[in-house]
Amino acid sequence: MTMRRLSSHRLFWPSVALVLLLGINAVFNPGFWQLQWRDGHLYGSVIDILNRAAPLALVAIGMTLVIATRGIDISVGAVVAISAAVAALMIGGELVVKDGVQTHVSRYPMSVAIVGALVVAALCGLWNGLLVAKVGMQPIIATLILMVAGRGIAQLLTGGQIITVYYAPYFFLGNGFLLGLPFAVFIAAVVWGTVHVLLTRTALGLFIQSIGINPAASRVAGVRERLIIVCVYVFCGVAAGIAGLVISSNVKSADGNNAGVLLELDAILAVTLGGTALTGGRFSLAGSVLGALIIQTLTSTIYSIGVPPEVNMVVKAAVVFAVMLLQSPEFRSTVRRITVRPATGSAR
Amino acid sequence: MASSVVLEARGLTRRFTGVLALSGVDFRLLAGEVHALMGQNGAGKSTLIKVLTGVHPADAGELRLNGQAINPTSAADAQRLGISTVYQEVNLCPNLSVAENVFAGRYPRLGAAGLWRIDWSKMERDARALLARLNLDIDVSRLLSSYPVAVQQMVAIARALGVDAKVLVLDEPTSSLDEHEVARLFDVLRQLRAEGMAILFVTHFLAQTYAIADRITVLRNGERVGEYLPAELPASALITAMVGRELGAAAGRNARTTETAGAVVLEALGIGRRGQLSPLDVTLRRGEVVGVGGLLGSGRTDLARLLFGLDQIDSGELVMDGAPVRFDAPSQAIRHGLAMCPEERKHDGIVAELSVRENIALALQARMGLWNFLTPARQQTIAERFVHVLGIKTADLDTPVALLSGGNQQKVVLARWLATEPRVMILDEPTRGIDVAAKQEIMNEILRLAREGLAVLFISSEMDEVVRVADRIVVLRDRRKVGELPGDSSEQAVYHLIASDA
Repeated sequence: MTMRRLSSHRLFWPSVALVLLLGINAVFNPGFWQLQWRDGHLYGSVIDILNRAAPLALVAIGMTLVIATRGIDISVGAVVAISAAVAALMIGGELVVKDGVQTHVSRYPMSVAIVGALVVAALCGLWNGLLVAKVGMQPIIATLILMVAGRGIAQLLTGGQIITVYYAPYFFLGNGFLLGLPFAVFIAAVVWGTVHVLLTRTALGLFIQSIGINPAASRVAGVRERLIIVCVYVFCGVAAGIAGLVISSNVKSADGNNAGVLLELDAILAVTLGGTALTGGRFSLAGSVLGALIIQTLTSTIYSIGVPPEVNMVVKAAVVFAVMLLQSPEFRSTVRRITVRPATGSAR
Repeated sequence: MASSVVLEARGLTRRFTGVLALSGVDFRLLAGEVHALMGQNGAGKSTLIKVLTGVHPADAGELRLNGQAINPTSAADAQRLGISTVYQEVNLCPNLSVAENVFAGRYPRLGAAGLWRIDWSKMERDARALLARLNLDIDVSRLLSSYPVAVQQMVAIARALGVDAKVLVLDEPTSSLDEHEVARLFDVLRQLRAEGMAILFVTHFLAQTYAIADRITVLRNGERVGEYLPAELPASALITAMVGRELGAAAGRNARTTETAGAVVLEALGIGRRGQLSPLDVTLRRGEVVGVGGLLGSGRTDLARLLFGLDQIDSGELVMDGAPVRFDAPSQAIRHGLAMCPEERKHDGIVAELSVRENIALALQARMGLWNFLTPARQQTIAERFVHVLGIKTADLDTPVALLSGGNQQKVVLARWLATEPRVMILDEPTRGIDVAAKQEIMNEILRLAREGLAVLFISSEMDEVVRVADRIVVLRDRRKVGELPGDSSEQAVYHLIASDA
């Protein structure tokens, strides 16, 4: 009975998938669970996965809210590139060596650069939100515009070059450690925590769900659905912007062409893996973070157990397919019917 | 009558998560009869139909078709056996042609084993023949959406007849039809009856039951109350059977004096919108029920939408408490103390997958804003109060509102607005598609609130209802106001006013 209660929890199947993946890793890769304490930092495959999953989790959190309102935002990858480009430009890409020692020079103070990048990311989200809520475009088309144009904007900003950042304090975002754990994990945790508090301590969660389930009725009930939809897209933009900062800090550069490529698809995948339906309404923030972890664990697994690079996308697709089947109540009940029928005997 | 029993059910029982929806129900349907199934919302009508048509399996009891025990496992299965159903909501595809709709899922094919292409000409020929059986001569190659709802209803029936149907189940087929269309539908039913079809007919309209039914089965609380012949069962006895108690004489205006009508709350001066409503004046006072009389398409709903800010006025102005106001969205109207039960409950009213509790709290929360959060505990308190006051039947407050019966859903929408303690309540068809008792309860509640000072704008297509509850009646025709009548006018007076100005 308790097993049934447990298995009906919406996070049960994503958790099972993650545990299975981790288990497979432990079997094929004996060093997987080993953690080392070096220079006051934890090192190990698991820590690595957490670190790399952080940007995806950030984007997936923003995407969850958008999807919950019946929308979708496929421009997040482009926003990642734009945000990275703005931050890199404002910090500056010069290597200054004085007396044989590198000095840290930035064009604008780092805080200004970070705020600047996030403001630009918010404007990207605002553009998307206005197209969806005010102009009334289909979300996939509205955000497709920025998905395509955003790459161009990012490349315009960087002049078609990869901008290398030499300002060491900036590297902390994507490479630094706090209390032994990667700093990026804390960033993702803080964003998740903030959104979680907003959803449970304000009416935001109720409004978003209500809009996602029935926008017309929500409007009649006085929910300011357009305003909320715009805000959700702005937040999604900001979340992608933060992810852009983490990614560019991690690779110490901004590449307008390649930063965040296909990230939108991974983010949508993370949201669906976490049990949120693309049709809007009920959603799970924690599920999306789990989804991001599943995707990153899967990627790491594929590399660590030595799947040939030419087939790794196929393996990834197969695993995602299996997880989605596990999640489907229809599929599970079909399996149950097939497996349980002989045991109970035929009905007539 | 010598006709034989076509469909027979004995001791049907069905539970939903512990709640007994049907309890040992016996039922029989004869060939060549129209059998009306009546009962309040939640009495088990829908469940019975769903068990008969294989949508839900019965937990206990047996089902016989022409004496053979059957056990349909799906609606398609039931249809193969000869039990066809036309559901309440016309579930056809408006973007397909009439013929395609009639044969959807079973297009005639050409070639060996139907492997070659669809036989379009046969399909259209057969569709025309089927519709001719219903006295309907239309171009079957045109899109379904190009025909009025009444015709679409006929197409739905034709679709059900397409297979060799012995039993036709109609779940509230008349709720979206006007009088003329109902008469036409009844002609068709009489003809099918003459051909020996067994027809099960669910409706809330007593008059229709007496107009067409040969036999009436009444359900209450999942149990069969009895099977009656209409001639032996006067309307009052029928209502008593459905409700289980004597209905008090319809509480009406008379219970209250017009002196309670007080200060003007909301005044609409020449409000209108091009293409929707010609400029008109309406005044709503404290404690007064203003009825809106008019036929479908007369601008009733448009008036409600303009007042509530769902559509924007492009002429005239709204005055509240002596100061002009402007509503660009419902949220602004709500802040000024307006509330509206919309006409389309499913589309504009309930938020289906949210719980009863969340649905009731929604408008109040929206008015209080994002930050001033009603905790689940406070939502619970508010919801509990209104579930009690309005007698909403629900397993618990966390039940998704979609699982409630229509009347209870409507009460939830009403509760949502009462929770905001409104000063002006706009009710657009608040009693459509719900049973007599729930209707009465909702009307009584509205009148009680009006006595306490609520200003009510009451819109209904049932003129007797409007006449009964309203203190004043604003009469609309062709999207303009043709006059106002005092509350004690007769239905004929309203119709006369609608007709006279033509």
